[in-house]
Amino acid sequence: MEKQKNSGILLRIVGSGIVTWILLLLIWKFGSLFYSDDFLPGPLVTVKGAAALIADGTLANDILYSLGRVLKGWILGLVFAIPVGLCVGYFKWIGKIFEPFLNFFRFVPAIGFITLFLLWFGVGETSKVALIFYAVIFPVMVNTIAGVRSVDQSLVEASESLGAGKAKTFFSVILPSAVPNIFTGVRLGLSGAIICIVAAEMLAASEGIGYLIYTSRLYYRTDWIFTGIFTLGLIGLLADKLIRLIGNKFLYRFGVR
Amino acid sequence: MYITFEHVNKSFGTFKASDDVSFGIEKGKLVALLGPSGSGKTTILRMLAGLEHQDNGNITINGQIVNDQSVQERGIGFVFQSYALFPYYTVHDNIAYGMKVRKKSRQEIGQKVEELLQLVGLPGLGNRFPSQLSGGQRQRVAFARALAIEPQVLLLDEPFAAIDAKVRKELRRWLKEMIEQVGITSIFVTHDQDEAVEVADEIIVTNEGRVEQMGTPIEIYKNPKTPFVAQFIGESVLLPDYSYTKLNGFHTYEGADRAAVRPEFVKVIPEGTKPRYPLACQDGVVTHTAFRGNSTELTIDVDGLSLKAEHPVDDMIRKGDKVKVMVSRLYAFDENNAYTLINDVLKSSDMYYI
Repeated sequence: MEKQKNSGILLRIVGSGIVTWILLLLIWKFGSLFYSDDFLPGPLVTVKGAAALIADGTLANDILYSLGRVLKGWILGLVFAIPVGLCVGYFKWIGKIFEPFLNFFRFVPAIGFITLFLLWFGVGETSKVALIFYAVIFPVMVNTIAGVRSVDQSLVEASESLGAGKAKTFFSVILPSAVPNIFTGVRLGLSGAIICIVAAEMLAASEGIGYLIYTSRLYYRTDWIFTGIFTLGLIGLLADKLIRLIGNKFLYRFGVR
Repeated sequence: MYITFEHVNKSFGTFKASDDVSFGIEKGKLVALLGPSGSGKTTILRMLAGLEHQDNGNITINGQIVNDQSVQERGIGFVFQSYALFPYYTVHDNIAYGMKVRKKSRQEIGQKVEELLQLVGLPGLGNRFPSQLSGGQRQRVAFARALAIEPQVLLLDEPFAAIDAKVRKELRRWLKEMIEQVGITSIFVTHDQDEAVEVADEIIVTNEGRVEQMGTPIEIYKNPKTPFVAQFIGESVLLPDYSYTKLNGFHTYEGADRAAVRPEFVKVIPEGTKPRYPLACQDGVVTHTAFRGNSTELTIDVDGLSLKAEHPVDDMIRKGDKVKVMVSRLYAFDENNAYTLINDVLKSSDMYYI
């Protein structure tokens, strides 16, 4: 009995991911013993470097810049992609016109457009927001379209047999049924946005996490590179957790889990 | 006739789902569309609802041709096979949906929903979501939702298919009572003959897109008019090539070369018991027994014919036993028509039983 209880607790600890992280830290530490700090800084060195970045406000500033760009591009992308996706999915002829275009460009990664966007929109904020916008709209549109098309046809028929016209059926059946798919698109869009902002900031920016990672190599501050990488992972993790929490709280009835 | 189909045809590509379908239904009747899957019964229901439109022919409701009316205009209550409740709406909002479309006042809607919940026996469950209900409860909500728009006709597509056997029986009785209480003309689709016989006032039997026969459950059961109905209703055994004439008391009938015999028409008399009509009996050997709970299903070889019979469980009959067999009636048929034949011996002896 006692043994069973113990193994239950053990499983919980392993399940929480703590063990994974401790293991990773140990391997990292162990590996760093064989190399100089410039090549592979250990966890302690990295923490010290991070502390310096936090103390002088650089890290906070970079995070704010990156997050600001991501949010702007992401929200603009959603505002554009969700309605367009709904239309493409719902109206057959719009779908026919739009989809070949969509299916072509969704395979061209946003990073491929960096230089072009710099040329078109300049080195300022616009080019970065435009790039994120581009990165966001495809996963959102593709998932929204799939959501609209996977609506249970009997729900549509039920709505119509109860007297509802096309518009009422669209807003009361098709849109709510597509919510889980749209939500998946929204999440994928955010991760796409974070991936592409880093690339953009590496090439043309004077602040942001991407800039931090890219410029740290100039000073041989490998610990700062590590700090940047961890920050990115953390931001992504927290943002996704937050979205899922919001989804779970407000969109639960639509089947978002 | 309140609802009529006049020479209605409908094809999906090369598949003919409705082949010259004609029938009429009186107001207030509860009718079953019975047939195997793919026989076109659901298509008939969907065309009546306006979810599907016929290629040609007329459909009328209350004397009015509704061919060109959309599903919204027809105002027919439809209960879907999978219920099709809106999962993101509460029970209350599901039932209120049709009334909201009709722009009824909030107060009126609230009152009507309460009434309907009371009617279907789910008072106080208005705030639940469909996922929090059992299958039977969902079915009741779907029923209430369809009734909320005060339809002139109620259509139900396989209303009991997704419900487990025990609840199904209860729900059948409930539905019949409910429809009688509301007094609405209703049609339901089923492939289960027990269900059709138990619930419906009248049965329309469909096969390969055609209406085979329409009548009360007793008519359909006792006097099948077509070869299909004779075989489909009950668990019939088919006897080909005039072989039914080998049975005592039966002779060739007007070119009817095949016959269907239902287990309930076959009486088995154990060896040693004196049969009441010796002339109607002949020898047989039990080739298979299957316990059915309240009876035993026997397969008996009679002069090379394999017949099925139901027999009381107490009478222990085993495989290989010799028995006397009497067939009281059978359905003989040719390509187009079915005839009910009664054992000559029984006919002449004034006794008449099924």
